[in-house]
Amino acid sequence: MKPAAFDYARPKSWADAVQLIALGARPGAGTQSLGPLLNFRLAQPGTIADLRHLPDYAGVTIVGDVLRIGAGTTHAAIEDGAVPGRIGEIMAGVARRIAYRPVRNRGTIGGSLAHADPAADWVAVLPALGGTAIAIGPKGERRLLLASFVLGIFETALAPDELLRAIEVPVLPAGARWGHWKFCRKVGEFSKATGCVLHVPGARPRAVLAALDGPPLIIEDASALLADSVAEARRIVATVPDLAPWRQALAETALRHAAKAVS
Amino acid sequence: MSRISVTLTVNDESETVEVEPREQLADLLRGKLMLTGTHVGCEHGVCGACTVEIDGVPARSCITHAGSCDGASVRTIEGYGDDPVMAALREAFTREHALQCGYCTPGMLVVARDIVLRLPNADEARVREEMAGNLCRCTGYRGIVRAVLSVLADRRKAAA
Repeated sequence: MKPAAFDYARPKSWADAVQLIALGARPGAGTQSLGPLLNFRLAQPGTIADLRHLPDYAGVTIVGDVLRIGAGTTHAAIEDGAVPGRIGEIMAGVARRIAYRPVRNRGTIGGSLAHADPAADWVAVLPALGGTAIAIGPKGERRLLLASFVLGIFETALAPDELLRAIEVPVLPAGARWGHWKFCRKVGEFSKATGCVLHVPGARPRAVLAALDGPPLIIEDASALLADSVAEARRIVATVPDLAPWRQALAETALRHAAKAVS
Repeated sequence: MSRISVTLTVNDESETVEVEPREQLADLLRGKLMLTGTHVGCEHGVCGACTVEIDGVPARSCITHAGSCDGASVRTIEGYGDDPVMAALREAFTREHALQCGYCTPGMLVVARDIVLRLPNADEARVREEMAGNLCRCTGYRGIVRAVLSVLADRRKAAA
């Protein structure tokens, strides 16, 4: 189908963008999720503010011991190594399996996170990596923990007049271990169950179970999962309400496979 | 109804066109510039028929607004001229029976060319993974995969 009519704005500065959002415009980045919703007429905004041309929207900079990733950095850029170091390796592996290359060339990490589809890859992975989201609104910037950024289906901790400007993730030691497993019936489609585990030597392992009917489930101390993945995966999945048996089975499998990869 | 002016390069020619903000790049190409080699299938980014090059990389023209392409350089299936990789792929697609109705072919070729240039060592599993975003309802994919693999193999042989 064709989208319902809307107006198009291309803000040149973050202040202009924030003003447009405050007036009710819908932010658009790569539009790889928003585009289909518009074509289906599930979304019918009055105005779309195209963020792609804002200064520093894409790109990665090292700030002390964190990496600042512009919200407009594409999945393909991350796949091709835009993020340096061990965390870059981890993120490149995740990015490569997001949708398809022509979608990754356009879709952005910030757009995907702010869109907050529960089955989306960065929604699952970023809480496991830790770090913060940098939001910008009428009063300036503020920081939000990535672990509690996604609140529900298509729902984030961003205020209605805020935009996601960047994501900061920690630089990880070379020995950081990572496990990630998702189930897709076909390459590139949305995940039916995603599990990830990050284990930095000397720190508590952290796990995430995602592609649920709500926000990702964060397991701040996944030591028990690494010690006995079968029993602990079953216990964790049993705490998620209203999962059909086939989804419980996939969720347990996702956690077990992710745990196995780090132990 | 609001209209915006978009200036973009399409197949090396500069074009300035008036579009509705809701218009997708695919509709600009097909409806305004009569470049009907770009096909529109699912219109939600899944089938890959509408894939074109935007600023040198493959992208879905059915979920990329024309307005966001102001200043961009676009290449459609009509724009490859005597590009040697595309010439080799066209020949291989013909030889390996990699198309029947041809609806998916423009998108297939754009993605296949990207694979050949970006992943010169891709094996069959990788080619299948990379082509997963382009649906074909005639061939069963075997011919398409064989065609891409044969061009990869020829180029590796030529480089050796």
